[in-house]
Amino acid sequence: MHTNTRILANKFEYFAPKSLAEALNLLEQYQEKNIKVLAGGTDLLVKMKTVDLNVDYLMYLKDIAELNFINTSNGLSIGATIPFSHIVKEDRIKTEYTALYEAIQAIAAPAIRNMGTIAGNIGNASPAADTVPALVAFDAQVLIENKQSKRTVLLKDIFLGPGKTLLRPDELITRIEVPQVKPNTGSAFIKKSRVKADLAKINLAVAVQRNGQNCEDCKIVFGSVAATVVRAENTEKLLKGKALTEELISQAAQGVADEIKPIDDIRSTAEYRIAMSREMLRDALNLAWARTYSEAKPNLKGGGE
Amino acid sequence: MKKIPIKFTINGQQREALVQPNDLLINLLRDELYLTGTKYGCGIGECGACTVFLDDELVLACLILAVTVDGKEITTIEGLARGKELHPMQISFLKNAAVQCGFCTPGMIMTAISLMKENPDPSEEEIREYMRGNICRCTGYTQIIKAIKEYAHSMKG
Repeated sequence: MHTNTRILANKFEYFAPKSLAEALNLLEQYQEKNIKVLAGGTDLLVKMKTVDLNVDYLMYLKDIAELNFINTSNGLSIGATIPFSHIVKEDRIKTEYTALYEAIQAIAAPAIRNMGTIAGNIGNASPAADTVPALVAFDAQVLIENKQSKRTVLLKDIFLGPGKTLLRPDELITRIEVPQVKPNTGSAFIKKSRVKADLAKINLAVAVQRNGQNCEDCKIVFGSVAATVVRAENTEKLLKGKALTEELISQAAQGVADEIKPIDDIRSTAEYRIAMSREMLRDALNLAWARTYSEAKPNLKGGGE
Repeated sequence: MKKIPIKFTINGQQREALVQPNDLLINLLRDELYLTGTKYGCGIGECGACTVFLDDELVLACLILAVTVDGKEITTIEGLARGKELHPMQISFLKNAAVQCGFCTPGMIMTAISLMKENPDPSEEEIREYMRGNICRCTGYTQIIKAIKEYAHSMKG
């Protein structure tokens, strides 16, 4: 076990490829030799300082210009190295992908948001990641590449457990793709943590598509309640095609904790999470529903704590 | 580990250094350049004492490899004053006694300056929200918030 000191005790060789092709070559070449990929450093360097992590080669991604982009013209296409703070500068994130906007604003603090990336948030596979429930609620997909090929994986399927993804050692997350939000959709993200800059004890993203007085479609995604992100599909089914009355919302809130089965762990207790999941679902549904009415300017009051 | 040559601008001056891959920016600043205004607090990105500007954006020097600042521009607390004239945010912190032991102060001031660039007229809630990654363990935040508010007010003229 390392102690957290002012130095980084690990000794490693450093690579800073300038192109994606060069990076994928390096990953192929060193895949069996403890190579780690560094973007913002807000998770990896903390782990290198505080837990035993074998790193013999470290590859820095932020010199690769072609991965530092965001395109919002048809859905979202988010490059692996664009920092959180640059993503939220895009108007469409706030107006159309409101839960993602709130999730990013809920992350730690401004300096961390200038450093960290969504690809890093995914690759780190922390069950408490804030952007993950929001991205799952918007059906995000992850583009994964190695030297020979590319594959696209649904974000919700990428996680195998805390800190574990289905990425192979020669693969790199290069892009996150999010489909265009359907008309009349509103969304919200709510997080509960000890203080605002902390990791989530429990977080939730909800997206609701409205058709008149009915809930045409909805996504309910909880984070930090289990080993990986949890989608409450039964609760979603309960709401689909029905008018979102107070009574129906109460029924959903009552049932949702049984569906997601929160666990006890280092950050919180199952008891707290069960109680909070109900109230958070109620609040997030109401907030998301209210936002389906205003197409241009979502009402951000009260969300994203 | 072989040393890697880097070039960068620190507080307006061009510098070169030889760094190891595992050298952190905080160590380059404090141990090589003797810029000890930037503090080493928690080392894991939770306290904000090591906050500096990298290419005009706030970052934490304890979680950045020195080698990655090659070609970039860094501003630390030492780079804020113009000659003997302190930055107005420094003056506002002094006037409001927004300092007790002073350990968190450089990071607080860097973050406060960044807030002013993004939002020149913030509410108290917005100030607290923005400053939430900078922790003071002496006393509290009342005078710090007051100093930032007063600075914002003075800039409005």
